[in-house]
Amino acid sequence: MFPLGFFPYIIGGILIGVGVSFIYIVTGLHATQSSFFGTTISFFSKRPYFLQKQYLDSRGWRITFAVGVILGAFIYTITLAAEGFFTTSVEWWRLAIGGFLVGFGTRLSKGCTSGHGISGLASLSTTSLFAVLTFITVGILTALVIQSLGVFP
Amino acid sequence: MKSKHVFVFIGGIFFGFGLAFGGMSKQEIVLSFLQLKDLGLLLLLGGSALVTALTINIVPKVLKKPILGGVFKKRTRTLTKRTIIGAIIFGVGWGISGLCPGSAMASLGIGNLPALIGIAGMFLGAYVMGRYFT
Repeated sequence: MFPLGFFPYIIGGILIGVGVSFIYIVTGLHATQSSFFGTTISFFSKRPYFLQKQYLDSRGWRITFAVGVILGAFIYTITLAAEGFFTTSVEWWRLAIGGFLVGFGTRLSKGCTSGHGISGLASLSTTSLFAVLTFITVGILTALVIQSLGVFP
Repeated sequence: MKSKHVFVFIGGIFFGFGLAFGGMSKQEIVLSFLQLKDLGLLLLLGGSALVTALTINIVPKVLKKPILGGVFKKRTRTLTKRTIIGAIIFGVGWGISGLCPGSAMASLGIGNLPALIGIAGMFLGAYVMGRYFT
């Protein structure tokens, strides 16, 4: 059940919560991830959906947040990661198709693992609870089907 | 640069450090969770939601407003068919790739550059949703 132990998961989770909490206490904003794709598209698309006020107001800090996330993972890698840099062996077509569905689905659902999973559950939102139960269940079923077809990892 | 951005940036660093520390920036670890071999990611999700829940529900009772001013925003989402259909589509994509939006960003920080293919897919998916389904 826990071949890598509890430690990295619990510490990692607390650090993520500290980051989200810090931003909330200082700015009042909910630092979540998937809106970043829609708000960043607003720089390039004239479609009304992307030009909604909420997107235009948040597109700047969402890019700042994304760059911070990348830097934070980089700092971890050069300081604590015993194995150094890492490259996945998941094939490109899985990343491409999966990425497309993740982008489409999270925007349709208005939340992802961080939006529904962290900020939504933390806000005691039943909408987010249903979303989280749905994407975890479907994610598990999909991964098991893919594995049963002999595709690894 | 507005001071708000500095603090969002610092919070983002904690977020990305935590994602990498917890292994979520590796699609192999995410897939081992979804294949029910290692349930550790539930601890990561639970831990981060718990810390955030304490903050969101307690801090606004102690502080009148955020330190930089403004208001403590409430995150409100109404449950619709789109919430659930979107979550199903997201779940399929997550199970195929092991990628979600935050972990894809953190992947870049650990040098996991194939995640760029996933991020390009996410932009395209978000565009198609906004362009044809709104």
